[in-house]
Amino acid sequence: MALFSKQNREALLTPLNQNNPIAVQVLGICSSLAVTSQLKPAIVMGLAVTIITAFSNVIISAIRKTIPMRIRIIVQLVVVAALVTIVSQILKAYSYDVSVQLSVYVGLIITNCILMGRLEAFAMQNSPWPSFLDGIGNGLGYAFILVLVGAVREFLGRGSLLGFQIIPQGAYDAGYFNNGMMTMPAMALILLGCVIWVHRAYFYKEEK
Amino acid sequence: MKTNSNSYTIAYSAILVVIVAFLLAFVFQALKPAQDANVALDKKKQILSALNIRDLDDEASAAKYKEVVKADVVFTSSDQTLPKDLNRYTGENDGFKLNSSDYKAGKYVLYVCEVNGQRKYVIPVYGMGLWGPIWGYIALDADCSKVYGAYFNHESETAGLGAEIKDNRQWQEKFQGKKVVDAQNNIILGVEKDVKNPQSEVDAVTGATLTSKGVDAMLKDCIGKYKSFIEKNEEVK
Repeated sequence: MALFSKQNREALLTPLNQNNPIAVQVLGICSSLAVTSQLKPAIVMGLAVTIITAFSNVIISAIRKTIPMRIRIIVQLVVVAALVTIVSQILKAYSYDVSVQLSVYVGLIITNCILMGRLEAFAMQNSPWPSFLDGIGNGLGYAFILVLVGAVREFLGRGSLLGFQIIPQGAYDAGYFNNGMMTMPAMALILLGCVIWVHRAYFYKEEK
Repeated sequence: MKTNSNSYTIAYSAILVVIVAFLLAFVFQALKPAQDANVALDKKKQILSALNIRDLDDEASAAKYKEVVKADVVFTSSDQTLPKDLNRYTGENDGFKLNSSDYKAGKYVLYVCEVNGQRKYVIPVYGMGLWGPIWGYIALDADCSKVYGAYFNHESETAGLGAEIKDNRQWQEKFQGKKVVDAQNNIILGVEKDVKNPQSEVDAVTGATLTSKGVDAMLKDCIGKYKSFIEKNEEVK
């Protein structure tokens, strides 16, 4: 089988768009509200979820024929938990301030529905390479929405992007205010709603 | 292979758990030195923040800490005399490694610092916020009568409300110049919703009454532990 056959390309690309884990499958909402108040943690969280989804998909897919059916969810959880712990330890060692910002949410990747959903729905039936692509695709689909919401929230809430001030001091002197509401999770939910709205308006036109 | 038999299931889970346990133990051991260094550096940055030295990058703060903090002396509740020869306590010694549980066990650390040629003392404070632990560092002037600077941090206070004790730098700056003790050496530095003594009290954070009360209790309680040091110091002046 070719590395990028039609099916494999679909496994990688549909979650980015038509089958986006947040916008369409509505998975992983909790963490996407919590970590998107600034762009940097949103990017790190997106990457962490992408890596963990991809590798847990590969591992589960590789051992899928040996897993006893009765404890398959437990086996999946153990694999995910081990990967999450490793990623969180690496963050603590090499990116301490980000790990402080993400705090409990790295650990909570374990409970992110995207992971368990992909393991059950895809990795248990497919071989490692397509599972890897599926994990990357779903992780990036998740990361894309996180980055979008994170960028809007940081820009409107703090006037900066990735910590660099974008809105000039002159604007503040002229009476511009940062919108403090944007730093609250409630606004993330509203923004997420807007993203889903735009996404649906665009992709479900033909069905009407 | 019969993957549904009981013995297979038990053997499978046992082997899986052992493999994962070894893997995690290995990762933990391999990364521990780097993690400890990060935690120590973060603590140094917090102590520097209390001395109003903020926004330095990693290397600069490590260097600045070395320059500014002359000693970390460990007190008990009975023995609170500053040793004559501070050089023995220079930099990161036992005091720096103490945490809140040592504090509960009755070992109190005092950071002796020098900023622009002036002696300052930094006291760590530990308390409870609304949702979890809060802590901070309070820098006092050489005669321990007034606050030189303050820094607070928290584990899980509400963003925008209780979390303001960490995020709102202007609020931390309000502590500067507040009186610490009254004539009878009672700790009067505090946080109040309704400020009656602006010399020693700071206005509470709006919408975060319980976190503010936690800060108030933390200040009274923890600075109180250094009472005999503060008394002695005032006599000296």
